[in-house]
Amino acid sequence: MCVKLLPQPDICMSSDVIIQAIVSGLLMGLIYALVAVGLSLIFGLMEIVNFAHGEFLMLSMFFSFWLWVLVGLDPLLSIPLVAAALAICGFATHYGIVRHILKAPMLAQICATFGLAIAIRSLAQFLWTPDFRTIQDPLVAGRIEIGGIFIGQPQLVAGLVCLTAFIGLWLFVSRTETGLALQATAQDREAAAVMGIPTDRMFALGWAIGLACVAVAGSMLSAFYFVFPDVGINFALLAFVAVALGGFGSIMGSLAAGISIGLVESLGGVLISPSYKSLIVFGLYFAVVLIRPTGLFGRY
Amino acid sequence: MLLELKNLEVAYGDYQVVWGVSLNVDEGEVVTLLGPNGSGKSTVLNTISGLVPVMRGDILVSGASIIGRPTHHRAGLGIAHVLERRRVFPHLTVQQNLLLGAWHREARSKRDATIAKVASMFPILRDRANQLANSLSGGEQQMLALARGLMAMPRLLMVDEPFLGLAPQIVEQMKDIFENIRKTGIAILFIEQNVRLALSMADRGYVLESGRLAVAGESKSLVNDKTVRKVFLGE
Ligand SMILES: Nc1ncnc2c1ncn2[C@@H]1O[C@H](COP(=O)(O)OP(=O)(O)OP(=O)(O)O)[C@@H](O)[C@H]1O
Ligand SMILES: [Mg+2]
Repeated sequence: MCVKLLPQPDICMSSDVIIQAIVSGLLMGLIYALVAVGLSLIFGLMEIVNFAHGEFLMLSMFFSFWLWVLVGLDPLLSIPLVAAALAICGFATHYGIVRHILKAPMLAQICATFGLAIAIRSLAQFLWTPDFRTIQDPLVAGRIEIGGIFIGQPQLVAGLVCLTAFIGLWLFVSRTETGLALQATAQDREAAAVMGIPTDRMFALGWAIGLACVAVAGSMLSAFYFVFPDVGINFALLAFVAVALGGFGSIMGSLAAGISIGLVESLGGVLISPSYKSLIVFGLYFAVVLIRPTGLFGRY
Repeated sequence: MLLELKNLEVAYGDYQVVWGVSLNVDEGEVVTLLGPNGSGKSTVLNTISGLVPVMRGDILVSGASIIGRPTHHRAGLGIAHVLERRRVFPHLTVQQNLLLGAWHREARSKRDATIAKVASMFPILRDRANQLANSLSGGEQQMLALARGLMAMPRLLMVDEPFLGLAPQIVEQMKDIFENIRKTGIAILFIEQNVRLALSMADRGYVLESGRLAVAGESKSLVNDKTVRKVFLGE
């Protein structure tokens, strides 16, 4: 089969390349989705936008990197440690900063998490220099071939781990009593409080879970992606797009939006041009925002 | 005494809206808090449940001050608050809304028994158990809000304008439900703007005017009270 490239209609592309792009887009999309769901969860819960989300992703990648360098722990095995570390960061962020600005004007809230982002990034540059680092010889490396399609094994494992984390998160939020209380707090914090639900603790839990999601994504990324202080910026940007597409506070919406972004990015990369892939993603974003400002899905 | 407010004063920022209100509710009593729009009725209830801080004065439950206790501790003290405008969790099912009502430890341990009791009181909710709360009609949502309050096994049920926007036959149904709740020994403190309706249900009433108590007393004596007429009809 032959697929015509848009800018160069005389060049013919095999369907393998398309399938290849779909598979890699899907796997990358699962990572985007997990980053996005953390952002969405925090926003849905307390209407605070975490502008430091990308920096927490960067932190988790560095944690994963250093655990590999210093202790020899593979990113795949250090997921629980990195997730726990980021959950603690989540508690600290809530109790140290966010709970004090919940009733503050919007601008103050933006400045608080934005300031936190800059502080974390500067600290990372100071501690670890702006160098690009990679993890050599991770446990899972190389690629496998299935019917002419090549799949990077780290990407495959990353996608599966992220999907598992997603399912776990969804089961937790929709099936457990604490998850229900989290949803109740998101939907009406005063009504939840008068029923005895400790809303402040729910907020802290939301931060911890949101950042733990980021940690899982970051750990998996560190196995095949450069680790450097600015690495979170682009991922955070895509996460914002995913949250806007998926609907604020919607878990399944984040999943669908993350995957869509991964697919659009990688298909756009091969069908149009790799240099346009961000443009295509943001084009999709504008289209959806104009047509359905509340996102493609409702809350939760 | 189950609930006592002593010279309660409340302000939003610099703007004081409640001035020296004293009020009490005894075990098993039905008491109504009356007053025109903006007179501070909701503010008083919100202060009792801790959503709004007290500026001066005291709130006692069974003789002990609860000032400074966070809102989420107050359900465990036996106070349930059905907020103004129902405030059900819109994207959760009826069943989930009810389960969440029994959050504090004591209520949770008896949750299954309570839910059976509540379901027999509100058969409509049993039929709609798996429906999302925001798909219910206004009257049904008010039933759900009330039922959710009962799930906390309160000693005092505070309800803010339970009859607002209800059709006349639903009002009658709701009155019967209140009567049934009273029979179980739960004290009720409710807000209502329809004086006649409120006084037909309550043992006693308090009338607020611009954040101050204008008059208080037995329902029988308030029905024909001059001050009540003045407050509500401007006579
Ligand atoms: N969150 C708030 N911030 C500032 N002022 C408020 C707030 N809530 C209420 N107020 C003011 O406090 C006063 C009393 O309001 P409250 O809601 O207690 O009255 P109400 O008697 O319940 O009125 P209604 O019958 O309309 O429900 C009003 O003047 C109102 O504008
Ligand atoms: Mg009111």
